[in-house]
Amino acid sequence: MATTDEIFAKVKETLVDALGVDEDEVTPEASLVGDLGAESIDFLDISFRLEKNFAIKIPRGELFPERDALADKSLVQDGVVTPEGIAELRKRMPHADLDHFAADPKVENMSDLFTVKMIVKFLEKKLAGGG
Amino acid sequence: MRWIWIDRFLEFESGSHAKAVKNVTLAEDHLHDHFPGFPVMPGSLIMEGMAQTGGLLLGETSQFEHVVILAKIPKLNFYGWACPGDTLVYSAKLLDAREDGGVVECTAHVGDRLVADAEIVFAHLPKTGGETVDQKNFVFTMKLLGVFDVGRAGDGAPGAAAAPT
Repeated sequence: MATTDEIFAKVKETLVDALGVDEDEVTPEASLVGDLGAESIDFLDISFRLEKNFAIKIPRGELFPERDALADKSLVQDGVVTPEGIAELRKRMPHADLDHFAADPKVENMSDLFTVKMIVKFLEKKLAGGG
Repeated sequence: MRWIWIDRFLEFESGSHAKAVKNVTLAEDHLHDHFPGFPVMPGSLIMEGMAQTGGLLLGETSQFEHVVILAKIPKLNFYGWACPGDTLVYSAKLLDAREDGGVVECTAHVGDRLVADAEIVFAHLPKTGGETVDQKNFVFTMKLLGVFDVGRAGDGAPGAAAAPT
């Protein structure tokens, strides 16, 4: 089984290829959108590459939930994710650091959830057969 | 202007690879501006030709059930240029084809000379509640898929390149 470091190294390689960033920019804490400049279409590319590099299948919306994840009105109010919404996100994204997001749960901050560490955690689970 | 940047397929192996040609000619208006006195095929249109070759290769795998759109070009290099009179040969290899889209690797050659190579990511336009996308706005309508008649010569007979592989 791959160690966290091995997974991280491969994720780094994947992101360097997909986003054209330098290796040293890809730190565990780096956010894909804010720090690495990813755009929406890059998420598709990243998913493709991860599937190939790790020989796994990632169903659509599992790693990067889409906009409709919070489509229900009770989950977002005035641009802020409600406690119900946070609970929904925890369910959908057990690999993400929701605690940090919950401190300032504005919808516009949601992309901060997508960090390098989040991908590594997702893959760890997936590769252990728990995904 | 018709947005068709390949003239004919030379090879088409479903789900695997395809080869198409583009003959560059001074009858193309834009070459007189790109550049005055030095007409060369714009790199962006070489890219488009590679994308059309690869996009059709991908689209065909699902019998054009999906609307294939160019999503991203992770890699693109130019090594030279193509002038009027040159025949560009675009070779696309399907690296990945899946429900959400696909990836191709493509090269552009004039004779033995490598002009460009690229990696291209395509996305399938999501279907929204049974609505169908107006294919008119897309590059290839089914009517134009005669471009698939691999290597067909002017008299309608299959050309040499059409021989089954």
